[in-house]
Parts: sequence; structure tokens; C-alpha cells
Amino acid sequence: MLKRFRISIILLMAAPILSSLAVAQNQPPPAPRHDISGTWEPANGPQDGVQADGVKAMPNDNKPQHQLPYTPYGLQAFKSHHALEGAQAVLPGFFDDPRDKCEPLGFPRMNFYNLRETQILQNEYKVVMLYQYATTWRVIWTDGRELPKIVDGGVAVGGEVKEPRYYGYSVAKWADDTTLVIQTIGMMGEDRVWLDTAGRPISDQLRVEERLHRVDHDHLEWSVTIDDPKIYTKPWVAMDKFPMKLEDPHRDVMEQYCSPAEMERYNKLFGDPSSGPASHAPKQ
Amino acid sequence: MRRKIIPALILAFGIVNFSGPLLAHHGTAAFDTDKKVTLKGTVTEWFWSNPHCLLQFDVKGDNGQVVHWIGETQNPVTMTNGGWSKTSFKVGEEITVALFPVKNGLPLGRIITVVLPDGKMLDALKGTSGVRDYK
Repeated sequence: MLKRFRISIILLMAAPILSSLAVAQNQPPPAPRHDISGTWEPANGPQDGVQADGVKAMPNDNKPQHQLPYTPYGLQAFKSHHALEGAQAVLPGFFDDPRDKCEPLGFPRMNFYNLRETQILQNEYKVVMLYQYATTWRVIWTDGRELPKIVDGGVAVGGEVKEPRYYGYSVAKWADDTTLVIQTIGMMGEDRVWLDTAGRPISDQLRVEERLHRVDHDHLEWSVTIDDPKIYTKPWVAMDKFPMKLEDPHRDVMEQYCSPAEMERYNKLFGDPSSGPASHAPKQ
Repeated sequence: MRRKIIPALILAFGIVNFSGPLLAHHGTAAFDTDKKVTLKGTVTEWFWSNPHCLLQFDVKGDNGQVVHWIGETQNPVTMTNGGWSKTSFKVGEEITVALFPVKNGLPLGRIITVVLPDGKMLDALKGTSGVRDYK
């Protein structure tokens, strides 16, 4: 009887220790120092990064807390865009999203449109992001070079003026052991690149700050701040600690592309007739 | 006077001919998501493409007349996440399709599910968070 009692006491005492050991075994290892490489996917499911109604933290849904601080020029630029999604969506016949002509999405829209599986590679000189959509990449320099300066017609690198780019010019520094801070300027503005699918604008004065914080070995948080004094009266957060999780390194990421030929066929067979009056039916 | 009339006529002709919508890739507004239609038909084509995959099939009505339907799904990446593939359908297969029809009454719709000849059901909303998210 006494023996049974002793065993019960020992088991009761050991239970919390065994339980905490089990929890610890399920915890991912800590984040490695200065390393965000890996194949990452949205932690809350593959659709979490689609952001159909606009940027994740500030969707265009008419809620007061999601109103953007437009300058008069910014508001005018927004109104000149005719988006297919969001609270100001126009009828399908009247939208002019460059996406549907298979134009490059550009940056930072690349972070706000179908942000899906994203491969990050890095070495001592640079971090490279390989996006799933449109098989597009960005190079982010970590070799200590300075961020170029915004000048008329593009950016100044040393004494040379270089052209604006769809994906801009990016440099990054480690803010701490597990947080990379990326600064990007020199993007195409206004009509060439939209900020998001809701038609929010950006200009050639845009500065973007991204913070990629590796929370632990398997999880990353991605934040993006928009600072564009020509369009917005103050900086604002477009993506706030968007959660990504690490995938199997052997993962072979599928293509997601925009093909003008497939788009044309889709519109002819389905997009056009489904959007307009019945008289637009395709000939069969 | 004649110089003014001719450009005006050209402009008017242009407006009449191009005032129809420059239709294209659409949002959710085109569909009647309160109405679900179930159709039995024969596959004529499965087009695995971006921005949406298209399933074409013929439906024979009670009067013997065949109506050609086209149903769209999400893009190939999302459909793959939901268990669909480029080889999900074969031409000539008998299928049962549930879809949200377009509002303008044409035989077009957004696919919800497809039941294959062996009874297996493919769910087009799997991998998405529902109709609203289905772009």
C-alpha cells in the first residue's frame, strides 16, 4: 500500500516536469543570428497574403480606422485609378489596373499582392527575395553601401543619376541579431505602379521601410511602412508583423504568372461576357 | 460648318462603338452568390490557366437542347492547394457541377464543387477562406 502511495507521489511530482519537457520539444529552436534565409509561406494559410481589398493592415473597406492620410495630390491620384476591388471598386468595364495587362507589379505592391511562398537567399553581400507571383526577385544589398538619394529623374548613386526601377533600390542593416531593416527608394510612381489592388497610389518620392524579424527558427514577421510625402501626409504601416512560417527546404515552389495570351483567352471566354450584358456572349 | 460636323460625327461614332465596357478580369460583383445552380454535363475542355482556370461542359436540357456552360475556378496555385490539378478532368467525362451563376443570365458561373464520375468531389473553395476571398 505504502509502495503504491510512493509511486503515485513520484508520478504526480514528475508530471509537470515531463509536461514542460514535451512542450519544450514542440517549441521551434531559437532564431539563428543574422539569418532570414529559407522558403517562407503565410503562416495563417496560403490566402492570407492575397490582400484583395488592399494592403493587409489598411484594407480599403471604408472603415474609419483604415482611411489613409492623403495629400490633395494623393487623393487626386487615387481617384484617377479605377480599381476592381475595394470600397471604391468600379464596374468591371471601367477598371485600369496595370496588373491585368501583365505589367510588372513593382515594389512595394509585390508585398501586397498574392504574397505567397517566398524564398529568401542571402550571402555576405546581399539578401535576395524570390517571390512566387510572376517569378520575380529583389536584390537587397547588405554590403554596407549607402542608400541612393532621390533626385529629379531617378536616384543618385555616387555622382551618377540612375533611372527609377519597378523594384527600386534596396539596402539593409541588421537592427539586432534577428531583425533585418530594409530601406527602398527609386520606384516607378503613379500610373506605372499601384500600391495595392484597391488602387492606392505611390509616387517617385516613396520610401519604404521593411522590418523582417525572425521570431524563432520557424517563424518570421514582416512589417512594411509607407513614407511618401507627395501622396500621404505622414508615414503609415501597410503590413504589421505579417506572419510567415518556414517551409521544408526541399519545397519546389509552383509558378504563378501573368500570361497576356492566357489573360486574353480568359477575358474572351469568361471575363468579358460575365461582366457585361448578355449581348456580350462569346460565339460558340 | 461642315468642318465642325464631320469631326463631331466621327466622335459620336467612336462613342457609340466604344462605349461598351472594356471588359476583362472581374471582381466578385459579376456573380449571384445567393443562387446556387447544380448541373449535370459532359466535359469539353479543362483550361488550366491564369488568372483563373476554366471548365467548359455541355448540359443537355429536358428538351434535348444542349447548352454550353463555362465555369471558372481560382488560379492554378490556389487550386493545387485545394487538391485540383491540370489533369483533374478528361474530355467526355460526365460531371456534376455546382456553381454561382453570373447575374446577366449567361451560362457562366463560379464553380463551387465538381463531382467526378467515380463520385469523388472536388471543392473549389478549399484552400480559400470563402467566396469573398475567392479572387
